[in-house]
Amino acid sequence: MAGGNVELKLVGQWASAFVTRVKLALHLKGLSYEIIEEDLRNKSELLLSSNPVHKAVPVLIHNGKPICESQIIVQYIDETLVGVGPSLLPADPYERAVARFWAAYIEDKLVAPWDRVFRVKTDEERGEEMKQMLAAVDVLEGGFKECSNGKCFFGGDCVGYVDVILGGAVSYAKANEAIFGAKLFDAAKTPLLAAWMERFCELDAAKAVLQDVDTVVKHGKFLVAKNSARASNN
Amino acid sequence: MAGGGDKLKLLSTWFSPFGSRVQLALHLKGLSYEYVEEDLMNKSQLLLESNPVHKKVPVLFHRGKALCESMVIVDYIEEAFPDAGQPLLPSDPYKRAIARFWVAFMETKLVEPWMRMLDGTRTRAEMTEGVKQMLAAVATLEGALGQCSKGKPFFGGDSIGYVDVALGGLLVWVRASEVLLGVKFLDAARTPLLAAWSERFASLDAAKAALPDFGRVIKHAMMRRGAAAAVLAANN
Repeated sequence: MAGGNVELKLVGQWASAFVTRVKLALHLKGLSYEIIEEDLRNKSELLLSSNPVHKAVPVLIHNGKPICESQIIVQYIDETLVGVGPSLLPADPYERAVARFWAAYIEDKLVAPWDRVFRVKTDEERGEEMKQMLAAVDVLEGGFKECSNGKCFFGGDCVGYVDVILGGAVSYAKANEAIFGAKLFDAAKTPLLAAWMERFCELDAAKAVLQDVDTVVKHGKFLVAKNSARASNN
Repeated sequence: MAGGGDKLKLLSTWFSPFGSRVQLALHLKGLSYEYVEEDLMNKSQLLLESNPVHKKVPVLFHRGKALCESMVIVDYIEEAFPDAGQPLLPSDPYKRAIARFWVAFMETKLVEPWMRMLDGTRTRAEMTEGVKQMLAAVATLEGALGQCSKGKPFFGGDSIGYVDVALGGLLVWVRASEVLLGVKFLDAARTPLLAAWSERFASLDAAKAALPDFGRVIKHAMMRRGAAAAVLAANN
């Protein structure tokens, strides 16, 4: 666990919510790193050799050793890299289990359909994935209540693991209405999550790292059009 | 509901591979626990109250709390009982990240396609694709075993580790799927390391205690498949 000269490289891509999670964690910990921006249509040797199994971003390279999968990277940062601020995961084993449970829920029930929403070919499929996402947001509202215990973040008084895992997607959450016509965190339906999102955006780390929402809207609309067009050409 | 004190209680089903993972961890750590069999066709109040989000087994009860999701539970056991038995995760953070990577890989590339095939409603093309995905995943895990074990018996090296528990819990179901799908997943020719590993794993005391009987699982799977086919037939 070296202080001093720590070599950190993040292989990433600006649009990726998974990469954003890692950037958030690094910023929250006050850790400096070199960002290597990938063109995912033309993957670099570095990416292919450091993540041969998935060939995906993010990859964190720490003193030459690659760590893959955003949640695993965030946990690695939390356990290994001496930075500033409290741990992202709590110390108590039960509270850690609760955080891990909700991080897994976000991954499987919110992020996975969300990813598919951009990739599927028909409006019908898109509608189905969106329905699943919105159902998950309802459940997550309860998750926030459970984790936060009346405080500001999933992590309580301070930003924690679940905040970072969900936080990576905040620009996409804000862009959802412009791209798909539905608010993701609607203050009328899920007031706790809507308030959390506003609070999260005020963090220095969020301001430093979150993508510009208009850029994400443009990018999202482009992806949807591209994948729908591909279908009509078959 | 959960019972107080330090007593451990596990709610699961005899055939759940996810429950088996938890039982493996408990056995390897020498932790005693009360086992409660759940009827998934007629879910209990206990299950619905303790896992309202997923309504699934396994659920582990400890000190009045309910823990859900098999690998979250395994992490909990590891962290709540640091002095019990051997640690499942290595102490080196980089090696820990590698172990977690392979478990995450297993979940998305092996378990997910497999679970999708089990509901009995898949088309022939979907089944073929699912089998292809599973075979590819197993081929990658063969490489992973070589890398992680470095010639030693387990993913964890000399002793059982986190990845061994995650994959080991699935072992009987993988073997049963070989019969049900007519495909050899753990093949001495194609995946020699995994084939040897699976024999070695199955012979462990913890495996004998935690894994269901192969014959019983086959019968159960055939029955479920029959039921699903009957539903399909009735709906067409």
